[in-house]
Amino acid sequence: GCGPSRGPAMDLFGDLRRMNKRQLYYQVLNFAMIVSSALMIWKGLIVITGSESPIVVVLSGSMEPAFHRGDLLFLTNFHDDPIRAGEIVVFKVEGRDIPIVHRVIKIHEKENGNIKFLTKGDNNEVDDRGLYKEGQNWLEKKDVVGRARGFLPYVGMVTIIMNDYPKFKYALLAVMGAYVLLKRES
Amino acid sequence: LRKNVEDFTGPRERSDLGFITFDITADILNEKSYSKAFGNKNVLIIFDWNVKQLFLYLSAEYSTKNNALNQVVLWDKIMLRGDNPRLFLKDMKSKYFFFDDGNGLKGNRNITLTLSWNVVPNAGILPLVTGSGHVSVPFPDTYETTKSY
Repeated sequence: GCGPSRGPAMDLFGDLRRMNKRQLYYQVLNFAMIVSSALMIWKGLIVITGSESPIVVVLSGSMEPAFHRGDLLFLTNFHDDPIRAGEIVVFKVEGRDIPIVHRVIKIHEKENGNIKFLTKGDNNEVDDRGLYKEGQNWLEKKDVVGRARGFLPYVGMVTIIMNDYPKFKYALLAVMGAYVLLKRES
Repeated sequence: LRKNVEDFTGPRERSDLGFITFDITADILNEKSYSKAFGNKNVLIIFDWNVKQLFLYLSAEYSTKNNALNQVVLWDKIMLRGDNPRLFLKDMKSKYFFFDDGNGLKGNRNITLTLSWNVVPNAGILPLVTGSGHVSVPFPDTYETTKSY
């Protein structure tokens, strides 16, 4: 008769044992190449857009109904782009890491280009002064991460899920790692 | 766009505060085919399949001794796709306080009020468009001491 049928897990280990060292190194290099390319693309985006974080995920509902939690925003931060009322900017409050996406509602710019401005979320009743640092009444160019130029809905949800459920993140990484290591080039 | 200045200011915390009452008439048209039609037109932006909403805002732009350029958003409105594209608003008061950074409103002859909007697509680029009508408004040389606002 036939032997017991082997499940996919058994096949996986069978594969691993059969691979010789050379093949393993080759797969690891392949994996490293993919990671490096991804990093290079990201760095390239940072250079092209001038923003330290050219793609951000919307984390709160303070800009609804335009943007919802989980939407993806594409930013640029060209030095010569003036900041004007009505623009949507992403900024960081000094000392905090979380980027905030709100709209500029007031600007006061001096002749030499020095500008100070105030922001407010579309969905908020009051302006952002309560969010700024203690004693800080205005934002300046240095606080800006970028200006929102384009957006895609929902796509950023993956990042939020991975943040809120780290187990999901590790599982995803493990699956990706296994796939890349075991993928054979025919 | 028609706007009238009613009151003027009271200096608070040593900064000028302006009060403006305004009327807004705007036609934001639904179909490309009507883009040239009307008499009073301001805007010709279209609600097409990729436009989720328009974020409209009325901003005041002016120059002062202290600052070469100032812009203050006085009023805003979200217009969703499907809302009436024509605005006939009368005697509107500004939603937000019109504070200057300093005392630049007093006697300032040239405050330009413009209606602009941010097009929010379902997906894609986020343009900012300025309406074609704008109005210049002067502020008087003296402060109002009593305000009925």
